Amino acid sequence: MTKYGIKVLPKKEVLDSQGRAVQSVLEKAGFSLDDCHIGKYFEVKTDKGEVEIKKMAEYVLFNPLIEEITIESL
Amino acid sequence: MAKTIGVVRFLGTNCDEDIYKAVEQVGAKAKWLWYQDSFNEAEVDGVVVPGGFSYGDYLRCGALAAKSTVMDSVEEFAKKGKPVLGICNGFQVLCERKLLPGVLLKNDSGKFIDQWSGLTPVSKDSFWSIKADVKFPIAHGEGKFFIDSENLKSISDNDQIWLKYSDNPNGSVSDIAGVLNKEKNVAGLMPHPERAMHDWMGGSDGVSLLERFL
Repeated sequence: MTKYGIKVLPKKEVLDSQGRAVQSVLEKAGFSLDDCHIGKYFEVKTDKGEVEIKKMAEYVLFNPLIEEITIESL
Repeated sequence: MAKTIGVVRFLGTNCDEDIYKAVEQVGAKAKWLWYQDSFNEAEVDGVVVPGGFSYGDYLRCGALAAKSTVMDSVEEFAKKGKPVLGICNGFQVLCERKLLPGVLLKNDSGKFIDQWSGLTPVSKDSFWSIKADVKFPIAHGEGKFFIDSENLKSISDNDQIWLKYSDNPNGSVSDIAGVLNKEKNVAGLMPHPERAMHDWMGGSDGVSLLERFL
């Protein structure tokens, strides 16, 4: 059984209002940062392999119109 | 014989009673369609996917409801060319099911907006086309219609832009409030026609839209 991590982040062209709000709070506190994005992270355990994880992601985990994903095995 | 309009109910749908009454008001018969059940296309003449917060808006609004059993039947029904209308969360569900183009994002202001909005019809010559400008209430936090420029051109060329806001309250691409599928039998909009059915509600323009089902 392998554990996979699926990271979902908003695409650059989509306004990430959460990321922007967090960035402004960090900047106000004196932190220096260029960019801040908020996404989702899924941990899935399966013995079916990465191809199956990809299928799951495409089925419902992300919307390719607005998000992009990275899959990693943990 | 009166037309029968199916009204889909998910856990978290909250505009179901309103649309049920609105459908009856225009002279059709309403019939509940439960999200865990399939239905036969012969049972109904049209389908409404109402507003609310199906699955608590978990993951992305409409995403989980889009995978439910009832939506398999709605898709089959739509593929036969029968009329389907998605309102608010129902619009989000139809987009996530890919029966309609685009997706709905958080409003630009970051705020939940609850107000009356003026709408202008764009597509003029299809089942869902309405003749004149209308005024419907909107009530949403995630109603900003988004589509990339390539697909925007394609829906514009195919006359799939159904309604535009006169005031664009949420930052929607190209002021879009409602869209149609390529075949023009599936329609979705963020504003609520079922909340504009009597003058005492503040307006009755919803009647002309729901009468399209008859």
